Amino acid sequence: MKRRPASVIFATGARYILPLMLLFAFFILLRGHNEPGGGFIGGLVVACGFALFALAYSVADARQILRVDPIQLIGWGLLLALLSGLLSLLLGLPFMTGLWPDFAIPAIGKVGTPTIFDVAVFLVVIGVVLNVVFSLAES
Amino acid sequence: MAQSEITQADSQSPLMAWAMRGGIGWVLSILPLSLTLYFASLLPTITSGTVLRVSYTWIPSLGVDFAFIVDGLSLTFVLLVLGIGTLVVLYAGGYMAGDRQIGRFYLYLFLFMGAMVGLVLADNLITLFVFWELTSISSYLLIGYKHAYYSSRSSALQALLITGAGGLALLAGLVLLGIAAETQTISELGSRHELIVNSGLYAPILILVLIGAFTKSAQFPFQFWLPGAMAAPTPVSAYLHSATMVKAGVFLLARLNPALGDTPAWQITLTVFGAITMALGAYLAVSQTDLKRILAFTTVSSLGTLVMLIGIGGEHGIVAMMVFLIVHSLYKGCLFMVAGNIDHETGSRDVSILSGLRREMPITFGAAALAALSMAGLPPLLGFVGKELIYESTLDARFAAAAVTTVAVASNILMIVAAGMVAVRPFLPTGTTRHSTPRHPHEPPISMWLGPAVLATLSAVFGLFVVQVMQPIVTQGAAAILGEAVEVKLKLLPTSITGYFLLSVLTIALGIVSYLYARPALMQAGKATRGALEDGFVNGFTDLVNNTQAFARWITRALQSGYLRRYVLITIGAVVSVASAALLTRADLSAIRLFDTPLFLWETATILVILAGVALVLRARSRLTAIAGLGTVGFGITLIFFFFGAPDLVMTQFSVETLSVLLFILILYRLPIFTTISHRYSRLRDGIVAGLAGLLMTMITLLTIAGEELKPLTPFYAEASYVEARGRNVVNVILVDFRGIDTMGEITVLGIASLGIYLLLTLRLAPADGQAEAEDSTGKEQL
Repeated sequence: MKRRPASVIFATGARYILPLMLLFAFFILLRGHNEPGGGFIGGLVVACGFALFALAYSVADARQILRVDPIQLIGWGLLLALLSGLLSLLLGLPFMTGLWPDFAIPAIGKVGTPTIFDVAVFLVVIGVVLNVVFSLAES
Repeated sequence: MAQSEITQADSQSPLMAWAMRGGIGWVLSILPLSLTLYFASLLPTITSGTVLRVSYTWIPSLGVDFAFIVDGLSLTFVLLVLGIGTLVVLYAGGYMAGDRQIGRFYLYLFLFMGAMVGLVLADNLITLFVFWELTSISSYLLIGYKHAYYSSRSSALQALLITGAGGLALLAGLVLLGIAAETQTISELGSRHELIVNSGLYAPILILVLIGAFTKSAQFPFQFWLPGAMAAPTPVSAYLHSATMVKAGVFLLARLNPALGDTPAWQITLTVFGAITMALGAYLAVSQTDLKRILAFTTVSSLGTLVMLIGIGGEHGIVAMMVFLIVHSLYKGCLFMVAGNIDHETGSRDVSILSGLRREMPITFGAAALAALSMAGLPPLLGFVGKELIYESTLDARFAAAAVTTVAVASNILMIVAAGMVAVRPFLPTGTTRHSTPRHPHEPPISMWLGPAVLATLSAVFGLFVVQVMQPIVTQGAAAILGEAVEVKLKLLPTSITGYFLLSVLTIALGIVSYLYARPALMQAGKATRGALEDGFVNGFTDLVNNTQAFARWITRALQSGYLRRYVLITIGAVVSVASAALLTRADLSAIRLFDTPLFLWETATILVILAGVALVLRARSRLTAIAGLGTVGFGITLIFFFFGAPDLVMTQFSVETLSVLLFILILYRLPIFTTISHRYSRLRDGIVAGLAGLLMTMITLLTIAGEELKPLTPFYAEASYVEARGRNVVNVILVDFRGIDTMGEITVLGIASLGIYLLLTLRLAPADGQAEAEDSTGKEQL
């Protein structure tokens, strides 16, 4: 940590809240297809967590624990979204036809191309929000 | 700098060195050569009257197929495109030798070749259009190939703007044509001629299609871009701007002749514009001194001739057009390569200083002489057959036959003069002392004289064996253009003394006399009228472009003030005015029920809290208070979503509100002091706009609830969500499945917006950069 956090209570709280928020966001992302939730909301929650951390410590610290540049997340997310749509073209179906496998992955459920697409949305939202938050705070 | 070092290193490798010396042309010409041979092998099938079709479904919901047709017309064009293409690819290897970017050049050239083949083979209006646009784009890249020169870039842009604008008109015309004919398949259009002509759409279709064809084929008043396109390397001029691409417009007219032709409007427009172009091009050609510009203007003239012949129509006109098309492609491709050879070997293209090259460049001279004889229309070359047929058809024209014939004779006389200037003057001794040229001339390598030699020889062979070689394919081509079978009899020499034979003799005699004695006068006349006829069009176009840019700058200044509050005002103001206009004229406002559901206590309380938040924001004396007020409004709305059972919205709104608060805190202390700087009247204006926006949203929401016609969607999604998309959360299924492409667009926009914000915040433009930008924009203004 490069500098003393502004508030010890806030900083300590942020350290424990962040993992919980990430876990919750992941949960929201996966249940999205059947229950309230989804990639968009999940992404916002993740972004909130890291923004909170950046506020408690510093943007540099938040970037460090994120490990990935938010801009890269946007790129990977968009690529993944495109790929999830292209998959159906290989089977001769129109672009972005939802494909669902017959088997379910334990604890997660069935993962179809819409699920992958939702993950892509998740990544893009994290990247977009954090990119804006970080660069605003840094400027 | 670093890049040029790399290429220098590359050029030292033996393979690259060999490629740059011109060897690459031999290898690459194998592709177009094999394709030429393949299509030539279809000749027996096609000349027996068979038509080949192949089609793939592309966008079935719009009736668009990836459809192709091989008939007499398309096969003629394909063989010209690929055959001359083979020679040009070979020629470019020699001509461009030493060019480091030769790979890029060939990429563009093959891109164009593919587009042109697709264009002439297309049997679907939309397929045709796609290839049409590709030829415009690849032409732009090729004209601007020497992109370091300002003149190259501006000529390329000029050509792109004109052919691009024509392309847009053409797209509209083709779509209308598809609607009027109830089919997009080109080969079915002929049988629907009556339907199209009587549909009421005929006039707009005709105008739009003609704009497309005239811009592409450089017809009056768009003829000026073609001489400008001579900024391209000479192989490109030989290929695109004489033998192939500029004929795309002619091809289009020929292809659509069965669908749109045979009406007075078609005949008169094409004949008049074609004749004007023919005369203007020939007149301007003989006053030029640059070899390539002479050839460019004669090309304009020839394109005018072709359009005029389609306008005259009938069996005579169309047969003459088919023959002259081949005549022109052969001799003009040859002469451009000859001009390139002269330029390449002497360093000059100025006919006033070139002379006596016959001795140093005998093969080039031979090719040039043959091609020029064909251009002048002397027997036994193919050009003679072409000219006879042209006169036969103009004498036979359905209206103004005398006028059209006179214009044709005058143009052909000037063409003979131009042919002499291009192919006789630079090669024969002129009597006066020889000017020295920048380089000492000698015969170019074989790759550069083979093309002209082959094309010139073909001009002679096709002329001598006109019945055996030309007659079968011309018969089928004419049949395709006319939409009915025809019997064509071609002959090299007339069997009896006819009117058009006498005209031919007269033309040749007057042409030779004019070449010998009238050239200075023609040059003078051309120079005197150059301001109006040559530069006038270019300047007019430049003014048009500059005025458009000035208008765009004015709009930008008016709307893009750089103040966020102004953007918000304009955006919301625009939405309110457009949406309320629609609401007031289209919607049934009486359907709105204001108080048909009772409010519960907690709902009333939440609304009061939201209103209090709004009041707090409006009366805030510090940013923190304002943020707190806005947060109150946001979380209040979250509560309302919660009451009405929209958990997804609750979660999203909640996260967004939290994030907004976080963002505000992050930047709060960086903002300037919170003061009231706006005038009372501007606040009143903002208040009115904001109030109207709120009122509008309320009305739309109430209408949505009241509107019966909107209801059926809800049960559909509720039903289909689990059955078809295997998800029980309808909101999410709509986002990722039913309307997944929308979401994909949205996340792309989000990503781009985020990158934009990132750049705005992190990019600090140094003053020097700003200056460079300013200079760049003035450069554009000069276009």
